[in-house]
Amino acid sequence: MKRIIPGVILILTVSLLSAQIPSGDDILRRLDANTVSDSRISVGKMIIHGRRSSRTVEAKSWVRGTEQSFTEYLAPARERGTKMLKLDDQLWTYSPSTDRTILIAGHMLRQSVMGSDLSYEDFMEEPLLHRLYSAKVVGEDTVLDRSCWVLDLKAVKDDVSYASRKIWVDKERDLALKEERFAKGGKLLKTTEVKSVKRIQNRWVADLVIFKDALKQGRGTEFTLDSIDFEANIPETIFTKASLRK
Amino acid sequence: MRDRSRSLLPILVTTIGVMLTVFMFCYINGAETDIIEGNAKFSTGHVKIMSRAYAEEEDQVPNDLAYIGIEELMGQLKADYPQYVWTPRIRFGGLLDIPDERGETRSQGPVMGMAVDLLNDSSFESDLLNLDDALIRGRIPANPGEILISDEFARQLGLALGETATLVGSTMYGSMTTANFSVVGTIRFGVPAMDRGAMIADISDIQTVMDMPDTAGEILGFARDFIYRREETAESATIFNARYSGTDDEFAPIMVSLHEQNELEQMLELYGSITGVALVIFVIVMSIVLWNAGLMGSLRRYGEIGLRLAIGEPKGHLYRTLIAESLMVGCVGSVLGTALGLGFSYYLQAKGINITTMMQNASMIMSGIIRARVTPASYVIGFIPGLAAAVLGTSISGIGIFRRRTAQLIKELET
Repeated sequence: MKRIIPGVILILTVSLLSAQIPSGDDILRRLDANTVSDSRISVGKMIIHGRRSSRTVEAKSWVRGTEQSFTEYLAPARERGTKMLKLDDQLWTYSPSTDRTILIAGHMLRQSVMGSDLSYEDFMEEPLLHRLYSAKVVGEDTVLDRSCWVLDLKAVKDDVSYASRKIWVDKERDLALKEERFAKGGKLLKTTEVKSVKRIQNRWVADLVIFKDALKQGRGTEFTLDSIDFEANIPETIFTKASLRK
Repeated sequence: MRDRSRSLLPILVTTIGVMLTVFMFCYINGAETDIIEGNAKFSTGHVKIMSRAYAEEEDQVPNDLAYIGIEELMGQLKADYPQYVWTPRIRFGGLLDIPDERGETRSQGPVMGMAVDLLNDSSFESDLLNLDDALIRGRIPANPGEILISDEFARQLGLALGETATLVGSTMYGSMTTANFSVVGTIRFGVPAMDRGAMIADISDIQTVMDMPDTAGEILGFARDFIYRREETAESATIFNARYSGTDDEFAPIMVSLHEQNELEQMLELYGSITGVALVIFVIVMSIVLWNAGLMGSLRRYGEIGLRLAIGEPKGHLYRTLIAESLMVGCVGSVLGTALGLGFSYYLQAKGINITTMMQNASMIMSGIIRARVTPASYVIGFIPGLAAAVLGTSISGIGIFRRRTAQLIKELET
């Protein structure tokens, strides 16, 4: 009897503890629910740090669901008027200097967007992570003074850009504060670090993020969010190729 | 000469060996020259100047690290290194997109571009790249906004001459850039690595498109007679780099010679070694064969040698006459072998062997047609194994002369 009681206590303790740890997939679904909305309009800046100089690119984006997005570059002068349209799995770009609508495909998808650490592939990726990865909680950590779950994500599809990821998710706010993305062989390809967050329309959003291509020298690309409007009313016509030339 | 068995086999062996040596020497010479010229023309120059930062990541063609201020630098180079002619180049990658009637993508493909000084009257680039010979259809660009693309690429894109092609690429600061060009001609260099998806444009156009005024990724230098001399270029690079050794500026210029680029040093040393090893192998193999021939000759001439020794001819004298005889055989074999080897080599120099199908995916800059190259050295190289093997073979087989005893000779002659 003396031996049984500690055993029972141990089993109960472990059961209680494990009951408090949500499953990785649940955390991932909550993260997706916080990040992805039916529609949104945002204005933000990308500060791209090169070896010679830094430059700032400003853009406005209209997003509907996970399949449609439209981005117009506002500054600097060289970029102004350039537009990008994502329609399902196709990415089109419009350049006012040549008055051309060009499909970005093949190896071009792996190129950097406007010289940033982000590739067109990153831009095209399915934003709902739970559709692409299975998640497992592998620990707890503190990021930005916030208690986080550490998740290991393994791809459940073959055609994803990153075979695995490690994400630090704020336990209360369901927001990813840090991320590492890996190739199939385990090589670190990209890192993301959130530097500041704010609450907008009952959602927590990152308004300053450092995105870094681990294979490139440099300080990475800073993304700042100037404004965001969730569940915005967006006209259907904006997600058409015709709107690129307007 | 009256006794054919004495000279025919050694002459035949020497002729074949010398012929193979000469042919192999010319073949390796041709391949080596082809690699040097191909790389110099398309990639390395005899010397190349880049910024230090660009040189570190040269394989990735990092135009964001290109050298700014080429006009001043080229003026300085022309004054300090008059033995070279200089030309700026920009290599770039991107997408070449062909529009349909609505201006939307009809076809597209990845392109590896080279911007060269095409429109300047004093430029030698068109001749250097043999654009006239490489032209398959159309003409060489004569105006801004005109480009050449590889013929195979044009066919893949379904592009007709005079049509517009849009280059989608990046400026040196990373912005996406697009520019419309008119395709006025198609080319084929015969270098598979260049012919897959090449685009040749004028450097001024690309400087504008890529936001690179007074900037180039590379400045190539060529000896005025366009003959590459390794020691001279290495010395020029040492002197040039010493001038900038005191600065930590990662954008300071650095000069590298052809041998220091594209892993050419190892490759060319390998070719040199192959020539040396082939010569040694031929000398050894032919010596063994000629030694055997000498032994057989000694057996056939057993009586003759015995008689000459019996009538008092000194062994040393007899040995020397055999060596002299082999020298004559070596000379005749070498002349015949060299003539035959040169004949085959001249044929291969003119016709070449087409290995394009074996180089479909090759990234090395090397012609798809391998040609031999006959040089003044080709006329004499065969005499080294020809004479050495004949003399060595006879020297070894002739040692038997010194083993024969005079007392026994009389008995042998009586029987």
